[in-house]
Amino acid sequence: MIVAEQKPIEEIIQEIQDDHSVLILGCNECVTVCEAGGKKEVAVLASALRMHFMQQGDQKQIEEKTLERQCDSEYLEELRAQVDRYDSVLSLACGAGVQFTAEKYPSTAIYPGVNTKFIGVTEEQGYWTERCQACGQCILAKTGGICPVSRCAKRLLNGPCGGSTQGKCEINPELDCAWQLIIDRLSSLDKLDDYEELVPIKDWSPDRAGGPRKVVREDVTS
Amino acid sequence: MSANTPSRLEKVLANGHFAVTTECGPPRGSDLGVITQKAEYVKNHVDAINVTDNQTSVTRLCSLSCCIHLKQLGLEPILQMVTRDRNRIALQSDILGAAAFDIHNILCLSGDHQSFGDHAQGQNVHDLDSMQLIQTARHMRDEGAFLGGDAIQRPPQMFVGAAANPFADPFEIRVPRLAKKVKAGAEFIQTQCIYNLDKFEEWMKGIRDRGLHEEVAILAGLTPFKSAGMARFMKNKVPGMDVPDHVVKRMADQPKEKQPEEGLKICTESMQRLKEIEGVSGFHIMAIEWEQKVPELVEGAGLHPRPEI
Ligand code: SF4
Ligand code: SF4
Repeated sequence: MIVAEQKPIEEIIQEIQDDHSVLILGCNECVTVCEAGGKKEVAVLASALRMHFMQQGDQKQIEEKTLERQCDSEYLEELRAQVDRYDSVLSLACGAGVQFTAEKYPSTAIYPGVNTKFIGVTEEQGYWTERCQACGQCILAKTGGICPVSRCAKRLLNGPCGGSTQGKCEINPELDCAWQLIIDRLSSLDKLDDYEELVPIKDWSPDRAGGPRKVVREDVTS
Repeated sequence: MSANTPSRLEKVLANGHFAVTTECGPPRGSDLGVITQKAEYVKNHVDAINVTDNQTSVTRLCSLSCCIHLKQLGLEPILQMVTRDRNRIALQSDILGAAAFDIHNILCLSGDHQSFGDHAQGQNVHDLDSMQLIQTARHMRDEGAFLGGDAIQRPPQMFVGAAANPFADPFEIRVPRLAKKVKAGAEFIQTQCIYNLDKFEEWMKGIRDRGLHEEVAILAGLTPFKSAGMARFMKNKVPGMDVPDHVVKRMADQPKEKQPEEGLKICTESMQRLKEIEGVSGFHIMAIEWEQKVPELVEGAGLHPRPEI
């Protein structure tokens, strides 16, 4: 999923400062799972903001809503009837949701309420870690199912670097060295010999480097 | 091994001599006088001089311009290049820049992470990794072509090297990793500073068992300690460094004013022992901000004078 983290409240206050009515818009997908922008977080943030502005003598109107998804036109339509009532929408969806909401409602200001962090997993409650950077050409088959693009601080494809120490990465002793994980896994699969195969120079054009990407599927287009 | 390039370092090795290289770090400014001075200290005692590329991610005068300067002083530079800061366009372009001045050696590295340096907020590039930079340099030389396929007029003629850290983890792939660098096209290797000689010997045995020492020249890396504090720092703070306790103790047991001398002694003794190991083809002495001691170390190890080529 996409993992996000709520922005510091001071930054959110700055964003909506000058508006009289604000809708806080949650999303029921990834940001709900990572507890950054679901219905619950919308409610908590809304009351914190109401409290803050009340103390300032600011009669700001703050309302709440959570959509099934903000990255889908169908669900975003649910906002159409009421969006004009607000000066701005504070979206707690990932960056994609924020932008898609803005695209649908060109005359309403849309602000981000979270920092979108990465594509990752919930390792345990309250602990999320990165697994993928959407490089566009997955090489996990070559690397024991562990991604060096997202998990090695230097995205080395033929690693590990000389800084790998006792399983940890040179940049942070709390971070697993991706290449230690890859080597461990290749050995448990009895495939350590695969390590000696040179991973060819990567084509980064399907990555961010190639410009904004799209996927088109003729077979499912309506 | 016969020489493929005009590199002096390659010829020294091809003629069966122990090679001696050293390294010099560029200044944090544009004064080439610093390089001239460091070169002056070592010029009669080494075969080639590495110039580091923004080492530990601290921004410095570029390796290429210092290499050109060394070349103009009549010395033999080794251009260090890290993949952290440049993509394949810039790397190939800088290789040509070096080739234009007849710089005949390159050391291919991935580089320390930028979080260690003075611009921790910067992006890193890592379009290629160090293995792939080796392949790139060899491709440019041997095929006379860019990675993109187009022909290069007057291709680079570089002796291609890489680093190896026998002490980093996971230890079991340290020999396979070298094999991979050799497969990528590395012709010489400069190792991480060696303090744990037993572990180095174990690694060398693994290298010999696979015959890799016959395919690649291994230059054993050394850095003399200036003080017990430095030994402790290297032990505890530098990732991938293996400094055994007894070495730190040996330094610490000396009074402060005797420690530099002890550090040099440890280094000379290590070189003497390393010379006896089959498959060690030379030394890479990284006397950090202590270049003036390189001649003493080279002489102490019985490696002076350097062969005429
Ligand atoms: S290789 Fe690319 S697509 Fe596959 S997990 Fe890594 S970043 Fe994601
Ligand atoms: S220590 Fe491991 S994860 Fe960290 S940069 Fe080096 S190879 Fe990558």
